[in-house]
Amino acid sequence: MFQNLDVHVSNGKLLQLAGPNGAGKTTLLRLLAGLNRDYDGDLHWQGEDLHKVYADYARQRLYLGHLAAIKRALTPIENLRWLMSPWMTSETDTPVLEDDLWEALEQVNLAGYEETSCQQLSAGQQRRVGLARLAIVPTPLWILDEPFTALDVAGVRWLEEQIQRQVARNGAVVITSHHALQNIPTLERLELGVLAGLEE
Amino acid sequence: MSLVTATVKRDLLLAARNPGEWLNPLMFFLMVAALFPLAVDPDPKFLSKIAGGVIWVAALLATLLSLDALYKSDVEDGSLEQWLASGESLYVLALGKALVHWLSSGLPLTLMSPLLGLMMALPDEAFPALLLSLGVGTPVLSLLGAVGAALTAGVRSGGLLLSLLILPLYIPVLIFAASAVYHAGIGMSYNGQIGFLGAMLALSACLTPFASAAALKLNLSR
Repeated sequence: MFQNLDVHVSNGKLLQLAGPNGAGKTTLLRLLAGLNRDYDGDLHWQGEDLHKVYADYARQRLYLGHLAAIKRALTPIENLRWLMSPWMTSETDTPVLEDDLWEALEQVNLAGYEETSCQQLSAGQQRRVGLARLAIVPTPLWILDEPFTALDVAGVRWLEEQIQRQVARNGAVVITSHHALQNIPTLERLELGVLAGLEE
Repeated sequence: MSLVTATVKRDLLLAARNPGEWLNPLMFFLMVAALFPLAVDPDPKFLSKIAGGVIWVAALLATLLSLDALYKSDVEDGSLEQWLASGESLYVLALGKALVHWLSSGLPLTLMSPLLGLMMALPDEAFPALLLSLGVGTPVLSLLGAVGAALTAGVRSGGLLLSLLILPLYIPVLIFAASAVYHAGIGMSYNGQIGFLGAMLALSACLTPFASAAALKLNLSR
């Protein structure tokens, strides 16, 4: 799909993957997230082969796919508890606590809906359950696939703030979005398909 | 709480919220035993000979019915992607999913089987063998079936494919289990058959999660 691609995501950087539909934004994102091993070339995390240090890498990056992994029969708090469970083990240095989950849901404006079945929530509210993860653990790398989908104005503003905060605390963000991101000086856009001529 | 425990808990919670999904195969199981005596000879002498075999065939088919959904929703809603993203071993997760499947299908089938034994005029001596063979045999069905479910999770209407893939693997379980119940019924020892089922359980508990994990990775790399 693409060749001659050299991407470097350093601390405090926001990388926006852009390009027309079908240009391979999600494919590249999944490669970077380590979910797709079907590639030729090298993929490194902190200088080491990404798939050799995958377990370590997995804890340090947060991946939000365009599928939200929300079970409609469960409540937001139950869904979030499952989504956060890798960070809730006592093996990690600072395990996420139950209270953190409730607080995060409050932040994404779902206070009062914690115990309502997701079936009864709107598409945007369901997206917020997944996005609440951003407010919980400060992982160094976020990989977000179209996170602005189905969000209202307040939701978009909240997400922009989270991304700014992540960049400000020296974390990195890789994002695919058609949304124009503002107020982030370290923003770098990678045009797939058209401009760079990366498409075969 | 690790992802595996969280997944087992979440799936049991989901089963509790949607009881239809796991009650349907149980109803099927019960109906086979209810209809069989009506359609063939209701004579207890005749029924008692075939009871073990009929109950086991019904249990096997009921298990097949419930397998299709095992991974399907996890693939569709992105849960599987999050599993892979978590970096936790897919082997352990596949084992956890097979456990959930057994708890919601094999275990209730086993607990319900004495009732079917009564309906089918199963000889009194055969009841322990029926319970034991189902208790040891149905986990094998869940473990083997989970591999097929993992392979066909991304396929639209993969139910038929799943049956074709898994049914041949179920045959040895069926033969040994039905034979155990039959031999118990005529007053013979059935230790050998149960021992063989136990060996199959140990082997499939160790090996099938590898196959499931590989199949799940295949599903995601597209």
